[in-house]
Amino acid sequence: MCLGIPGKVVEIRDDGPLRMARVDFGGVRKEACLAYLPEVGIGDYVIVHVGFAISQLDEEEALKTLELLRMIDEEGMAMELGAMAEAVPPAASGAPPASGPKPVPGAPA
Amino acid sequence: MKYVDEYRDSAIARKLVDEIHRITTRPWSLMEVCGGQTHTLVKQGIDEALPKGVRMIHGPGCPVCVTPLEQIDKALAIAARPDVIFTSYGDMLRVPGSTTDLLALKARGADVRIVYSPLDAVRIAAANPERQVVFFAIGFETTAPANAMAVRQAARLGLDNFSVLVSHVLVPPAMTAILESPTCQVQAFLAAGHVCAVMGWTEYEPIAEKYHVPIVVTGFEPLDLLEGILMAIRQLEEGRAVVENQYARAVKREGNREAQETVFRVFEVGERTWRGIGTIPASGYHLRPEFEKFDAEKRFEVGDIHTQEHPACIAGQILQGTRTPLDCTAYGVLCTPQKPLGAPMVSAEGVCSAYHAAGRGLEAPTAFPLWELSRPLGEAPR
Repeated sequence: MCLGIPGKVVEIRDDGPLRMARVDFGGVRKEACLAYLPEVGIGDYVIVHVGFAISQLDEEEALKTLELLRMIDEEGMAMELGAMAEAVPPAASGAPPASGPKPVPGAPA
Repeated sequence: MKYVDEYRDSAIARKLVDEIHRITTRPWSLMEVCGGQTHTLVKQGIDEALPKGVRMIHGPGCPVCVTPLEQIDKALAIAARPDVIFTSYGDMLRVPGSTTDLLALKARGADVRIVYSPLDAVRIAAANPERQVVFFAIGFETTAPANAMAVRQAARLGLDNFSVLVSHVLVPPAMTAILESPTCQVQAFLAAGHVCAVMGWTEYEPIAEKYHVPIVVTGFEPLDLLEGILMAIRQLEEGRAVVENQYARAVKREGNREAQETVFRVFEVGERTWRGIGTIPASGYHLRPEFEKFDAEKRFEVGDIHTQEHPACIAGQILQGTRTPLDCTAYGVLCTPQKPLGAPMVSAEGVCSAYHAAGRGLEAPTAFPLWELSRPLGEAPR
């Protein structure tokens, strides 16, 4: 019931006082009420719960999240290298960084 | 599918698992609030891939599971009346009442119908003026806007044969009740993304501050959950306790104002009983007095209800996160999705059904962690 998947608005019509849409979920089309998202237009993506669109997907935020996720590796590596540089005497800091998947630390203290 | 496939990328999932391991120095206990999140965690084996000592406690966010037995017994009493068409979300039909369930009642001839949207129930009422149409209005903040609109629509259409059996519950009071419990082990929450899409997250800020507990608004795809866990552990490791939003593509701080306006026009906050948990003050919605004529509990005399849970079912403790389905002697033996004893085995958001679907504690496990797909051939599984 709290599971809502994003779908694309493909058609909009008025049903009395309620603005209704047909929403495409990867090929399956369902009716959804747009009363709570008055700004939504055709082509927008919405999350639908029990026949009501409750949230419009924000493309910019979605791209930002994905960008952050893709950077996680580099960020972690940079921080680890920074910590190594601080911990290791300058003479030894030229050691090449470990490549490939990092070993999983053992049981936390 | 757009906004779905990108968040199931196995290579990024693996990076996130590695990053969680890298930053974790201590054992932590996190609770994912929503049952939809529990299903993703268990299906993908995310909880089992976390560093040793980091534990996911499954929260009470399964609306079907927390609907009190008394309300289900009332639903059964109303649905059995010959003049009634009883309408409900499909999930509720197999939830066991004290003696039977709605599906069994339907098999015996009661007019019980599954609806996708509460507006469908209103349409059924408009098309059947000689019958009483009752809708079982259950759920968290996610279904409240839909259920409230159905009542408003029935009022607009002047329908006097439509009513709702309300059993609405709210997430923040349940989180507070968990934190107030003397046995509470939760150190951080993954808040339910879609509840926050409706209500925003301002209600969570005082909770994070008062109990010094990090709260991360989190989505439902594997990468959402992994990032939510990473953000929560990062806060714990740094000693911070604020509300952060992992699910920015769907959730704004203020939530959906239009939806909130309709919800508060139709409902008011009051005490609610949660199945397996007990009564929590100000933890649910009731119809406002001006919409009282749509209240099924006032329209139908249901008589004395004497509830009785199955003695082998430990759903209450599972819902509070103090035990898991693997601690239950009935799990997978007496209690299966085909023949459930308790609501968490029925619902698509129930913990027991999530464990069962993934084969946890059963002879043939079926789940395969997402990031294993990105493991080069020949490399040993972690």
